[in-house]
Amino acid sequence: MGEAIVSLRGVLKHYTRGKQTVEVLESLDLDIARGDFLALMGPSGSGKTTLLNLIGGLDRPSAGSVSVAGERIDQLSSGQLAQWRARHIGFVFQFYNLMPMLNAERNVELPLLLTRLPAADRLRRVRVALEIVGLAERGGHKPSELSGGQAQRVAIARALVADPTLLVCDEPTGDLDRKTADEILHLLQTLNREYGKTIVMVTHDPKAAEFATHQLHMDKGRIGTGEPL
Amino acid sequence: MKYFPLIWSALWRKKPRTIYTMLSIVVAFLLFGMLQAVAVGMSKSFEISGADRLFTAGKFSFTEILPLGYYSRIKSTPGVQLVSHASWFGGVYQDERNMFPQLAVDHETYLEMYDEFIVDEAARKEWARNKTGALVGKGLAQKFGWKVGDRIPIQASIWPKRDGRNDWEFDIVGLLDGKDENAKAQAEVLLFRFDYFDEARQFGQGYVGWYLEKVSDPAQAGSVAAAIDRQFANSPKETRTDSEKAFNQAFMKQLGDIQLIIQSILGAVFFTLLFLTGNTMMQSVRERIPELAVLKTIGFSDRSVLALVLSESLLLCVIAALAGLGIATFLMPGLAAKMPGLYMPPEVWAMGLGVAGLLAFIVGFPPAWRAMRLDIVHALSAR
Repeated sequence: MGEAIVSLRGVLKHYTRGKQTVEVLESLDLDIARGDFLALMGPSGSGKTTLLNLIGGLDRPSAGSVSVAGERIDQLSSGQLAQWRARHIGFVFQFYNLMPMLNAERNVELPLLLTRLPAADRLRRVRVALEIVGLAERGGHKPSELSGGQAQRVAIARALVADPTLLVCDEPTGDLDRKTADEILHLLQTLNREYGKTIVMVTHDPKAAEFATHQLHMDKGRIGTGEPL
Repeated sequence: MKYFPLIWSALWRKKPRTIYTMLSIVVAFLLFGMLQAVAVGMSKSFEISGADRLFTAGKFSFTEILPLGYYSRIKSTPGVQLVSHASWFGGVYQDERNMFPQLAVDHETYLEMYDEFIVDEAARKEWARNKTGALVGKGLAQKFGWKVGDRIPIQASIWPKRDGRNDWEFDIVGLLDGKDENAKAQAEVLLFRFDYFDEARQFGQGYVGWYLEKVSDPAQAGSVAAAIDRQFANSPKETRTDSEKAFNQAFMKQLGDIQLIIQSILGAVFFTLLFLTGNTMMQSVRERIPELAVLKTIGFSDRSVLALVLSESLLLCVIAALAGLGIATFLMPGLAAKMPGLYMPPEVWAMGLGVAGLLAFIVGFPPAWRAMRLDIVHALSAR
C-alpha cells in the first residue's frame, strides 16, 4: 500500500436518540492510500455514510482520530473544518444538490468563491472543469434544463474545480439509470486513473463498486472484508 | 461582489413570493416617504424660525389682536433691533378648497425681518408704490396660473370690507422665493400691505395679529421677551412673547400632534410588514435548508452562511425601500401643486434607508441564525 492519505484510528461514533445511545461505528481502523478509488459497500445502517462524513470532515468521531492529508481533522474547530473542507474535499451527492437558480457555470464556481482567485481565473477553471466532465457547451444551462446524468456531471465538476485532495461520493449513481450510471462511473474512473484523484465512494450497487480499485464491506459499524480488484 | 449572483438568485428562487413581498415593502416605504416628508417639512418650519426672531401675540390666545400702538413701545425695548407685524387674513381663492396663508404685513419691515425670502428689487419697489400690491409664493403662482400684473380676487372669511363685501382684490407685484428648500416652503403665502387692509376692513382698525421682533443678541432673547411682556402687563391687552420656533411648535400642537399620528400610522404599517417579510424570509430559508447545507459542505463557514442570508434580507428590503422612496419622490411635485411647499428632503431618504436596514436585520436575523446553526449531516439526511 502507498502513502495513506486517510487514516482512521480507533474511531468510534455513537448518536444519542432520546435515552438511547446508538453505536454506529465501533473501534474502526482504516487507511486509504493516495490515488486509491475505494468503494464502501454494505447494507443500510452499516455506517458507510457516517464513515464518509467523518472522512469528509462533515462530522466528528465520538472517539479516535481521523487524519486526512496529514491533518488531524477531528481536532479542528467548526470554522477551521469549513476551511479545510474547502481546500481538501470535493463532494458528490446522490441527488446532485445543485443550486437550482444558478446555471452550471455558477454552480461549479461556488467552491472557488472561497478562494482569492480573480473572476477571470475562476471562469477559466470552471470551464476546464466542465470540459473534463464533457459539459463545456452546457455552462449556461440551469439544473432544471439538464438531464440527471448531466446534473451529476456538473456536481462532479463542482467537486473537482478547486482541485481537492480527495473526492467523496455518496451514492453518486443512486438516482441514475444503468447507462447513465456507467457513464458517471467511467468519469470517476478517468478522474482516478488519469488525474490521480483519490476517491472514496459509498454505494449499494455491486456493479458500481466494480469500477473502484478497492472495495470495503461494512456491517454493523465494522469493516468486513476488503477485496482488491 | 463575487457573492452577488448567489444572493440574487436565492432572492428570486420563488419569484411570485418575492414580488408580492417586495410590493408590500414598496407600498410601506411609499407611505413612509410621503408621511415623513410632511413630518420633516413641519419640523423644518420650526427649525427655520430664526433664533434671533421673537414672536409677540395675545397672552391668552393667538387669535387675540393687539393694538398697533404697541409697535413703537416694542421698538424702544432695549435689545430689539427690528419690529414688524402681521395679521391673519384667512381667505380663499375662488373655491373653499383653495385655502393658503394670506397675511397682511407691514410692507416696510416684513421682508427685512424674513431675509431668507427672495424678492427681486423691481417687485419691492412696485410693492412700496402700489397699495393693493401683493407678493405671492412661486408655487402658488404656478398652481393657480398667476403672473405678475394679474389682479386676483380673494374671498374673505373673517374680514369683510367697509362696504360689506367679502371680495378683496390684490395686484400681484412680484413672486416670493426662498433661499433654500425650507425657506421656499415658508414662502408659499400671499403677503399684502397692512395699510390697505387696515383702511379697507370693516372693523378692527388699529389692531394687528402679532408682532415680530429681531433681537440684536440672540443670547439675550429670553430677557428681551420678558421685557416686552412686562411693558404690557396688567393692560387690557397683555402679551406673550416667545421665540418664533416655540410659537410655531405650540401652534402646530393646537392642530393635533401630527408627528405622533404619523409615527403611529407608520409604526402600525411596519409592525405588520415585520411579520410579512419575516415570514417570507423564514419560509425561504426553510425551503433551502439542503442548499445551505451544501454550501457549508463545500466550505462556506457558519458566519458566511449567516452573512449570505442577512445580505439577501438586506437586498430585498433596500431594493423595495429605494423603489418606494423613489415613487414618493416622483409623486411629490404633483402633490406639492396641491400642497405648496411639500418636497422630499434628503433626510427622508436617509431615514428610509436606515429603517430598511433595520427591518432587514430584524426579519433576516432569525432565519440567518437558523442557517448558521444548521447541522450539515442532519440537513443533508433530511433531503
